[in-house]
Amino acid sequence: MQTKKWDPVQGLKYIILAFATFVVLFPPYIIFINAFKSANEGANPFALPESFLNIDNFVNVFVRANILQAFSNTAIIVIVSLIGNIVLGTMVAYVLGRIDFRGKSIVIGAFLFAMIIPAITTQVVVFSLIQSLGLYNSLAAPILLFIGADVIQIYIYLQFIRNIPYELDESGMMDGASLFRIYRSIIFPLLGPATATLIILKTINMYNELYIPFLYMPRQDLVVVSTSIMRFAGNNQAQWGNISAAILLIMIPTTVLYLFLQKYIFSGVMNGAVKG
Amino acid sequence: MNKWSYKTQRKLILIAFLAVPLALLGMFTYYPAARLLYQSFTDWNGVSASSTWLGFDNYREIFTNPALFGVFLNQIPYVIIGIIQNIVAILFAVILNSKLKGRNGFRVLLFLPFMMNAVAVAFMFQYVFDTSNGSFNGLLGFLGLESLQQSWLGNTSLVNYSLASIGFWRFMGYNMVIYLGALQSIPADMYEAAKIDGSNRFQTLWYLTLPNMTKIIQLNMFLTLSGALAVFDLPFVLTKGGPAGASETFLLKTIQTAFQFNNFGLASAMSIVLVMLTAIILLIQNAVIKRKGD
Repeated sequence: MQTKKWDPVQGLKYIILAFATFVVLFPPYIIFINAFKSANEGANPFALPESFLNIDNFVNVFVRANILQAFSNTAIIVIVSLIGNIVLGTMVAYVLGRIDFRGKSIVIGAFLFAMIIPAITTQVVVFSLIQSLGLYNSLAAPILLFIGADVIQIYIYLQFIRNIPYELDESGMMDGASLFRIYRSIIFPLLGPATATLIILKTINMYNELYIPFLYMPRQDLVVVSTSIMRFAGNNQAQWGNISAAILLIMIPTTVLYLFLQKYIFSGVMNGAVKG
Repeated sequence: MNKWSYKTQRKLILIAFLAVPLALLGMFTYYPAARLLYQSFTDWNGVSASSTWLGFDNYREIFTNPALFGVFLNQIPYVIIGIIQNIVAILFAVILNSKLKGRNGFRVLLFLPFMMNAVAVAFMFQYVFDTSNGSFNGLLGFLGLESLQQSWLGNTSLVNYSLASIGFWRFMGYNMVIYLGALQSIPADMYEAAKIDGSNRFQTLWYLTLPNMTKIIQLNMFLTLSGALAVFDLPFVLTKGGPAGASETFLLKTIQTAFQFNNFGLASAMSIVLVMLTAIILLIQNAVIKRKGD
């Protein structure tokens, strides 16, 4: 082994990274220490709490911000939407990737153009539509809005389908399999990696979505993660101990999940960006 | 299904597989868009069965009333911070693509903010930026920079920068990972060749790395632009457009016009204007990328 010379550029890199680390961790650190403080512990945000065993704020938040309900509602919405969305998305991709028909470019164009319409703007109209369907204040409202296939998903799937040799379909037909069977037993499983990418991207999006649950599910027990913290912070203005505890409770599950799945999440985001 | 010929099956599958996705697309995107377009020429209030045809009055109102079109000025800071965010993201992507101890750890760390719930992050920064108890002012005081202490969300000329910097904090790592993906797709032998030719680190970055990333950089710039055009969540959650309307955005104003002031006609016209502007940006983007591609 050669001994390495001191490299100033390498040193500079570490200085920049140290600064970035500070910027990333500083806000969560403040939240962390203040979540354990009771209201009479003074306003200095840097002071350590009297005791890290003081979990009053967490107990309070757990009950009043409906954290459990929020997570279970969010989970229902995400899981049901994902299942529906993956089924629909792979179906569209199968048709567009494997069947020639007139008007194919119109169908792709329709999905493409839909992307440029910011979803929030159309809520003005969608709102009355959801109401007339009787879905206002139900979990079905966001699910119905999340379930549809979008153009990025279709592009990702199409990229994959083009790489699945058509000979596989043909050998299926040779065995007398129906086209539905070919879709279900050959194409769908082989789209697995693309599906994994999409599960990651879509879960992040749905988890962060604020306006759709806010608009369509104002009822208390239909709270999701985004609206729970919003309501709680709105009702407890400047009670930083409580708000910090709420933020912490919301952040911990996804952070832990992320640390376990970071490899897949990275590749999911990279694939999504390069192909989308 | 096996009884049918493959030709029939193709037709059946075509209809069966496209019916639901296209119905959803029509119902929740195109029908609303068409309604928006129609309503934008009326004074519909969202409730009553009838409305008056106004022609282009709503559009005239948008472009002549500075309280409406003028709010786009509030969104310029999002563009500025967004551009800085991309530059910083490229810098970190380059750093974390080089040989470095603890490289993966730093990648995981910088991407972490993106995995935190957007609304929780917003409130976390409300605390950071709080005037009297905020940790940012506290930090400035600690560094002896009391003169810089501010009401970060209460100062009309700063509020949009403060809000945009929350976006910076949350999305920089995400951009970085995307740029990392682009960097990793540059073949290693090109770097070998550059090394053999004796190019230094800066030359390699400037003449090899960046030119190979133009496409993804352009794409991200346009995403930054169209994102800045449709800013909504942060002001909606934290400032409600305040103080004194300084952090209002066009989309926030559109939603308020509809759901608070019940002027669905004007709100629809505003939505159409936003869609048009997004479409224009997208068309320019396509033109630019196509021209470069030749």
